[in-house]
Amino acid sequence: MNGFFSQHYAAQKSAARRLSSSPLNTLLSLIVIGIVLALPAAGWVMLDNLQGFAGNLPGVQQISLFMMVDTGEKEAAEIGSRLREANPGKWWFVARDDALKHLTETEGMGDVVAGLTKNPLPDAFVVEPGDSRPEVLERLAETFRSWPAVAHVQLDSAWSRRLDLFLRIGRLAVSLLAVLLAGALVAVTFNTIRLQILAQAAEIEVSRLIGATDAFIHRPFQYFGVLHGALGGLFALLLVAGIGRILAAPIGELFALYGSGFIPSGPSPSQAGAIVGIGAALGWLGARISVAIHFRG
Amino acid sequence: MISVSAVTKRYPQGLEALKDVSFEIEDGEMAFITGHSGAGKSTVFRLLAAIERPTSGSIVVDGQNLAALRRGAIPYLRRKLGLIFQDQKLLFDRNVLDNVLLPLSIVGLPAREAVRRARAALDKVGLLERERVQPIALSGGEQQRLAIARAVVNRPSLLLADEPTANLDSESASQILDIFRSFHQVGVTLVIATHDAQWMARFSSRVLRLERGRLIGDNT
Repeated sequence: MNGFFSQHYAAQKSAARRLSSSPLNTLLSLIVIGIVLALPAAGWVMLDNLQGFAGNLPGVQQISLFMMVDTGEKEAAEIGSRLREANPGKWWFVARDDALKHLTETEGMGDVVAGLTKNPLPDAFVVEPGDSRPEVLERLAETFRSWPAVAHVQLDSAWSRRLDLFLRIGRLAVSLLAVLLAGALVAVTFNTIRLQILAQAAEIEVSRLIGATDAFIHRPFQYFGVLHGALGGLFALLLVAGIGRILAAPIGELFALYGSGFIPSGPSPSQAGAIVGIGAALGWLGARISVAIHFRG
Repeated sequence: MISVSAVTKRYPQGLEALKDVSFEIEDGEMAFITGHSGAGKSTVFRLLAAIERPTSGSIVVDGQNLAALRRGAIPYLRRKLGLIFQDQKLLFDRNVLDNVLLPLSIVGLPAREAVRRARAALDKVGLLERERVQPIALSGGEQQRLAIARAVVNRPSLLLADEPTANLDSESASQILDIFRSFHQVGVTLVIATHDAQWMARFSSRVLRLERGRLIGDNT
């Protein structure tokens, strides 16, 4: 077992030595891998932020239940009880007096409200469903419509559907881009390993002659691919995080103009791990293919 | 330990390097394979080291028939052999110690033990004080001694050498000879392919004489 670990340790050291032996080449290829990985990763993070922003917009993915104007506290309590039972997500009650007060405070509406002889607004419930899929929202709205004393249920489902479709198209585009660029990354690693194999021809020949197995000879190249890809992923992560940091403030201001308090963020820890992990996996794949082809026969 | 039986080696271009060659070499024996250039000495070396396979016949080394040996088993056989090449096959981007450490890293020996064994092998060939030197800075004789240290560091019971004194001056060749003698004295089996007649005169060892691929003499 000691031999097994020491051979893997030696292969890792050899891979690191090969990477550091030509720093300029290594840096250039890491820049290429970093940019290749950063493009879909940035798209991924951007879509996540967009979803967060949309979810945080007032009125979006919310269902408003307007009661009949002449309903009293009993009916409101009944609706509250049904909501508690259905547990669709977050919900709260907006009393008609509070709604009028809010309307009065709205710019340009003060004079209009002052001209009213009585409060025309109904009591209302606002529901923010935990599951924001359009079909779920519509099903909930349909249920609410069937409840007694509910005069009107408002759901901006068109907006919700547009957003959902936009996010789906965005995810699909990012996925396609990721597949294309993954192919490019595998090709870059394949070629780097091919050059490494040519450069190490003497060492490979001698190692074979003195008893090295195929696994012993292939292993450093595979570790090289993993290390190469992981470092490229790390570089991509720094790029995405750096760009995110630069753009966070102006995008946050833009979001605020739409009434959203959502603060854009860079890659989450799980996304960061995935970027580095995917880089390492693609590097390994490129190395594996290169080794399989170049040592065939 | 070595049994070569009716071995013929024919290359794809039609050249017949060995024709119906048979001999046996016992454990602890020291044998020279000699002959003029093109006689088939290096072919015997390459067949015994499982670098090539015979066209027909059988070669048994350490109980294994090399003609039928599966590809995956060859590295494990080579670990039991010490191979010394005419062109040494040193790695010039590694220092002397790292060259000797290579076979030990292949078998997965822990680093501390590997360094201890590599230094012992270098000491045996008189290169311990030059362990940090790059091979390019060594003389031809020193490079060959380094190749011997690398070949013996795994403590093989069989040493195969192909023209180990070619291109060496007589003093360096003599040092190499003394090193081989010391290994022979501790029971290592040696098979040395050489065209250098003065070697055989200094040993009372067995000489297998090849000519145009045929074994024409086998005497002590």
